[in-house]
Amino acid sequence: MTTLAPPAVRVKEPTRTSGGRSGAVLWMALPALVWFVIFAVIPLIGVLLLSFTTWNGIGTIHGSGLTSWKAALTDPGLPRALWVTFVIMALSWLVQTPISILLGVFIAARSKYRGLLAVLYFVPVLLSSAAISITYKALLDPNFGLSAGLGVSWLAQDWLGQSGLALGVVVFVVSWQYIPFHSLIYQGGVRQIPQSLYEASQIDGAGRMRQFFSITLPQLKYTIITSSTLMVVGSLTSFDLIYVLTAGGPGDSTRTLALQMYQFGFQARLMGPASAIAVILVLIGLAISLLLRRLGGRADESQLEGM
Amino acid sequence: MIDSNYSRRRFLGLVGGTAGAAALAACGSSGPSEDGGSSGGGGGGAASYWSLSGPPGQEYRQASVDRFNKANPNTKITPTFFQNDAYKQKITTSIGAGQGPTMIWGWGGGGLKAYVEAGQVEDLTDWFGQNAAVKSKILDSSFGAATVNGKIYAMPVETVQPIVLFYNKKVFDKVGVQPPQSWGDIMALVPKFNAAKIAPFSLGGQSRWTNMMWLEFLLDRTAGSDVFNNVFAGQKDAWSDPAVLTMLTQIQDLVKANGFVKGFSSITADSNADQALLYTGKAAMMVHGSWSYGIQKANGGSFVKDGGLGWMNFPAVEGGKGDPSNTVGNPGQYLSISSKASAEAKDTAKKFFSTTLVDNDEMAGWIKSGGVPVLKGASFTGSDDAEFLTSMADIASKAKIFAQSWDQALSPTAAETLLDNIAKLFQLQISPQQWVDSMNGVIGK
Repeated sequence: MTTLAPPAVRVKEPTRTSGGRSGAVLWMALPALVWFVIFAVIPLIGVLLLSFTTWNGIGTIHGSGLTSWKAALTDPGLPRALWVTFVIMALSWLVQTPISILLGVFIAARSKYRGLLAVLYFVPVLLSSAAISITYKALLDPNFGLSAGLGVSWLAQDWLGQSGLALGVVVFVVSWQYIPFHSLIYQGGVRQIPQSLYEASQIDGAGRMRQFFSITLPQLKYTIITSSTLMVVGSLTSFDLIYVLTAGGPGDSTRTLALQMYQFGFQARLMGPASAIAVILVLIGLAISLLLRRLGGRADESQLEGM
Repeated sequence: MIDSNYSRRRFLGLVGGTAGAAALAACGSSGPSEDGGSSGGGGGGAASYWSLSGPPGQEYRQASVDRFNKANPNTKITPTFFQNDAYKQKITTSIGAGQGPTMIWGWGGGGLKAYVEAGQVEDLTDWFGQNAAVKSKILDSSFGAATVNGKIYAMPVETVQPIVLFYNKKVFDKVGVQPPQSWGDIMALVPKFNAAKIAPFSLGGQSRWTNMMWLEFLLDRTAGSDVFNNVFAGQKDAWSDPAVLTMLTQIQDLVKANGFVKGFSSITADSNADQALLYTGKAAMMVHGSWSYGIQKANGGSFVKDGGLGWMNFPAVEGGKGDPSNTVGNPGQYLSISSKASAEAKDTAKKFFSTTLVDNDEMAGWIKSGGVPVLKGASFTGSDDAEFLTSMADIASKAKIFAQSWDQALSPTAAETLLDNIAKLFQLQISPQQWVDSMNGVIGK
């Protein structure tokens, strides 16, 4: 035992712990990775392979090169479906984000009645999309719905039977369902902002509005990116709600890419073109989430510099 | 020391991975064995049977199965019921995955043809040859849609369902008008009902096949059955017949004149909201399958019992070439046997076919449901619904041509394009010419 021994250990130890820590992290990621590979990566490869075949879902699968891709890409419904998907995505982002931020800020404050309201706001998230759609479909029915029940004539619009209105209703119902969830994310984000920032700004004479725009919003940057990614990618793949509400109708006014895929695959039984659309969906989803991450700037930059 | 530590973790990881893989392998191996179970319905000759839920049919389907199970306690049939529109997708996906039932319920025609081409259903031609007594009990006209390339792949069951024009007599009395005898009468009735704030026609347009029934009748009345026969035979540009443009324009004229109930394109037939509009008097008329009678009887309170419901074959179109006695609809429902089922399960299914499905209780049950059985020699005397059933049997037997519904007759791919374009046509999103062009594109597909 000499005095040299301790430093030698001290030098070694960081290496060991860091090596050990990364080992532990890998090990912890393993279960998730296994499930991800089995339920996401392998089916994805399957879909990619299927997109180069012709299959009606019950017979034998024939390889057919690019036939399915040609069928999917030349279908006149595709540009329409892309446009509808984009419109629903953009509108539901525009509606959901400001309301979610405001609600999130509102329920982040610690007071009892706000806590109660927060619980109430959260209810739509607990309902299944199918149940929400069926309920709204019944409420909006021009012959038996709310308008007939309450005798309010302006409610008797053909909500789900006119192109523009139906699209609006879809955006409304999607927002109604998901705003509570995003408010919750923003609530968490707001509570993370150090109180000292507000105290300091108060001393400098900043009012509530100034605080909101100069502290709260900039501090929520990453929360906004997270929530937007969830919204955008979520509305890209959302299917159940629209399918039950309008089935893509009237005509093809609310037929998104996901519905187009279902129609190809399970109604027209053209699994090849349906798989091609699935691949397109994956690519668009990946591109958008990468883009949003880019918008967020470097992930390691601190928002609390100088604190 | 570091190395050994690391490798121990690696080792643990490997063990974990292997355990996971083993668990998955177990899942994988439980798949096929379950597959055998579900196709065979649990072994020992037990069989499974999938069909549609809801009134009027489910009750009588369940009753047949119960009767069979009581008589054959060792070879039970397990039924599962699904909603109409959901069933169409569910059954194909299950069959494709090798998880289908022993007995497959369907509409015959193009859907059955797809199963046959995939080798998924049993050829019953020889069985019917050996069991001529069973075959002779069933209406001959019902076998057409069960036959693919000259061979029989399904047993016609349940009821013959022509599509008819239903109307609410009370509403007609209130407005003081008579049921239409021609297309001109229909167009003349539209403004009268609209003025009385009653929708002329109810329609469950989101289901799309409901809209299709209109085109089927209009085309037949205008041009006879040749046009669709040519389409069915895969003749190039068969939809380009001028009669098609005429009838598509007629239907768009009816839409533009507010002939259909407000919001029709968001009403689904599965919810029976279209029938509710008729029996509540919010709509005056409805073109629908004869099975609607049973639904209105079950859901409409005393509407049917009090004689509120009227019905007739679809009226003639002025100057049309078609025979006004012709009808369209379902010449029967069809039960096929999965070729993937075990031999014992197939035997159980065949026993079900040759005993329960052709017995007197079966016939009585379907008459009670408000339908005309596919079994010969049905007598409606003494039935509450004798008047309706007699006229349905008349329509079915006097029709020069009883055409199968287009979406059932065509292949699933062509049927989907058809339904899609019909929905757009009713929405005025496409012109008659665009409709013809898109439909010519999928002929023979």
